Amino acid sequence: MSAGEHERAQDRPLRLIWLQSGGCGGCTMSLLGQQGPDLVAALRAARVEVLWHPSLSEATGAEARAILNAAASGEEPVDIFCLEGSVIHGPNGTGGFHIMAGTGRPMREMIEGIARHATHVVAVGSCAAFGGITMGGGNAVEAGGLAYDGTVPGGLLGEGFRARGGLPVINIAGCPIHPGWFVDTLMQIAGGTMAGADLDEWERPLAYTASLVHHGCARNEFYEFKASAENLGDLGCMMENLGCKGTQARADCNTRAWNGSGSCLTGGYPCIACTAPGFEEPGHAFAVTPKISGIPIGLPTDMPKAWFVALASLSKAATPRRLKENAARPISAVLPRDRRKRER
Amino acid sequence: MSDTPRLIIGPFNRVEGDLEVRLDMAGDHVEAARVTSPLYRGFEGMLVGRAAEDALVYAPRICGICSVSQSVAAARALAGVRPAGHARRVAPPNGAHATNLVHAVENLADHITHFYLFFMPDFARETYAAEPWHEAAAARFTAMKGTAASQMLPARAGLMNLMGVLAGKWPHTLSIQPGGSTRAITRAEQARLRLMLAGFRAFCETSLFAAPLEQVAAFTNRDALYAWAEGSPGDAAHFLRLSRALGLAGLGRTSLRHMSFGAYASSDGPLFARGVFHAQAGAAAPLPLGAIAEDVSHAWYRGEGGPPRSAAPMPDMANPDAYSWCKAPRLGGHVAEVGALSRQLVAGHPLLRDMVARDGANVESRVVARLVEVALVTIAMEHWIDMIDPAAPFQDTSPRLDTGDAMGLTEAARGSLGHWLRLDQGRISHYQIIAPTTWNFSPRDAAGTPGPLEQALVGAPLRSGETEPVSVQHIVRSFDPCMVCTVH
Repeated sequence: MSAGEHERAQDRPLRLIWLQSGGCGGCTMSLLGQQGPDLVAALRAARVEVLWHPSLSEATGAEARAILNAAASGEEPVDIFCLEGSVIHGPNGTGGFHIMAGTGRPMREMIEGIARHATHVVAVGSCAAFGGITMGGGNAVEAGGLAYDGTVPGGLLGEGFRARGGLPVINIAGCPIHPGWFVDTLMQIAGGTMAGADLDEWERPLAYTASLVHHGCARNEFYEFKASAENLGDLGCMMENLGCKGTQARADCNTRAWNGSGSCLTGGYPCIACTAPGFEEPGHAFAVTPKISGIPIGLPTDMPKAWFVALASLSKAATPRRLKENAARPISAVLPRDRRKRER
Repeated sequence: MSDTPRLIIGPFNRVEGDLEVRLDMAGDHVEAARVTSPLYRGFEGMLVGRAAEDALVYAPRICGICSVSQSVAAARALAGVRPAGHARRVAPPNGAHATNLVHAVENLADHITHFYLFFMPDFARETYAAEPWHEAAAARFTAMKGTAASQMLPARAGLMNLMGVLAGKWPHTLSIQPGGSTRAITRAEQARLRLMLAGFRAFCETSLFAAPLEQVAAFTNRDALYAWAEGSPGDAAHFLRLSRALGLAGLGRTSLRHMSFGAYASSDGPLFARGVFHAQAGAAAPLPLGAIAEDVSHAWYRGEGGPPRSAAPMPDMANPDAYSWCKAPRLGGHVAEVGALSRQLVAGHPLLRDMVARDGANVESRVVARLVEVALVTIAMEHWIDMIDPAAPFQDTSPRLDTGDAMGLTEAARGSLGHWLRLDQGRISHYQIIAPTTWNFSPRDAAGTPGPLEQALVGAPLRSGETEPVSVQHIVRSFDPCMVCTVH
């Protein structure tokens, strides 16, 4: 951003419009859980003025249509346009599965109109980014994302799309988003520091995709010694049996707590890589690891498989009793203990 | 505005999803209403052919606000697949308590989200600027800018911190399983949960009610509630004073059957009973589950409607009589209303039964029922936390049957939710969902009978100077609709 633009950003609030299409509303609901500070305070800190949000604004009906039409025609400047939920193209390419209430027009027309005029375009959640869960099961509703349909570049806005501010669609993928992922992005846009170098290969903010879900996982010690969980809820590593994709999934879920202290992994169930395009169709039951002759396929991706198998059998042989005992239980049977203290 | 015979209101916001309302006006009031759900997502089709357990990944993603309710219904349905003549296997007591806690956190968060963020901001509207109460209402409840939001959001997020411990995250947890909960709780965590819940109780007793929860839970009649509201500084009393000034007990009236699937099941039975309540009978009756059927005469589907265990209509925009993606579920052919009010009427709460005996179901009694539930459920949650035995199992992980039919019933914040499924060798071969707002916002049925909201809107007045009546805003939101569930 040029010095002049930066100055302007300091002068007036950032005007934000948020639309929802083929999705569940869960990203907004997750965002309401923002803590330290709360969402209203965070929006104030980013100097964001919400022109319209489907869950939060007063304006409804004709008032809302007037705001959105002015934004889609370019009459009313929009600094940040957020879409939550996938773009719906069905049936038969008509967009008729999501008619925007009160207009008789397919919702995707309003989405495209505002996106083409906004300074920044943000896909909130995996549905808006890649199509997400709405694409599942053969994609009968012809859902897609803003700039991707699954892993295929294009989407509603087309390959090579750049928002007026010069950046591609910022894909805050996740099902749902962590509130911090959105607020970090907002603060960076507000501060004028959001650049292409802050986005990864799917244009997801590196603020949360520079790490793997595996990083900081409380089960790491079990992973090291290949001490595996057998059922959901067991303490051991969930990679071998329960479909966990934490070693490849990109997100900071185990270093940035959910709802104060949690993550899928602390909750007793596997990472399903919900930040990745196509997560909705893993090609196997979500909580079951596909194997070939007893060896999990495809995990992890960035080390030679032969080494992985060799190291795994070594570490399995060296597994401490504590981990062996605890891995297939929901609560530790054997606790760590300082040997200098004599047993009672 | 007698020169405006038809009004189309949309996008209708603060309803969680997409909604359009068409009104036929007669002079200064609504003569007839048609309610349109303009989005179709097709979850039922997505689930067919998947591994049975994948329903637990997909079902919560039907809805970001009723996510846990969808999980509970799916888990119950999966747990219900069993050999003929055998009883449904029940989760161990800890599993029931943990599931009830997770479900209660969502439902309470939904209740206060509805009250503060969705419903109350309408009183700050310009149309009320001349009312003597407007300035105070606007200062407190204006969307995103009122003082209430800055207190409610941290309280809601603090309540949600129970999810971090009990469910990993919210929304879209996978902790709720057919056999119980994947997250065992230690004694230290049990104590921490009490602390988190104490924070929520403090918010309720300071801001929402400015009174002990036990006092709110114990009101037995409308007059006592009104008398209390005159002198209380809390937001609930603030609502009641606005409601009386505007006559909301006379707005959005229905006199329908009220249905509840029963909520928060445990080995002691549900906290709120299952049943059907009709004001004329004055008492709850057993719920004939087999009498539930969906009608698609006015919805964009082809194929036969019918009972959800067998019927599976397909989307088809060619139906000339259709105006919604919402089907029309009926109970023995009758329209039924669902929600917090229905739940409390079936459960026999004396305050709500008194209010409905006087004025029928209406905007005021629907909101009061939600507020009373905040008190009742918070108190119950304290008990459930205490009932957890950290030394006992939270889950029964023994293998399940992979072929058979079952249903999973529960209550979301906004009413009765049911899943009906069939498994064939571990794969889903049939899946039907009837969501709460499908009942409340249903279109007309084959007999031409309008759904609950369509009935409630008849007679809604237009204030002078209005083009889109604010009364319609109050009535629609009094149902706490969830459109994303409706159009699964």
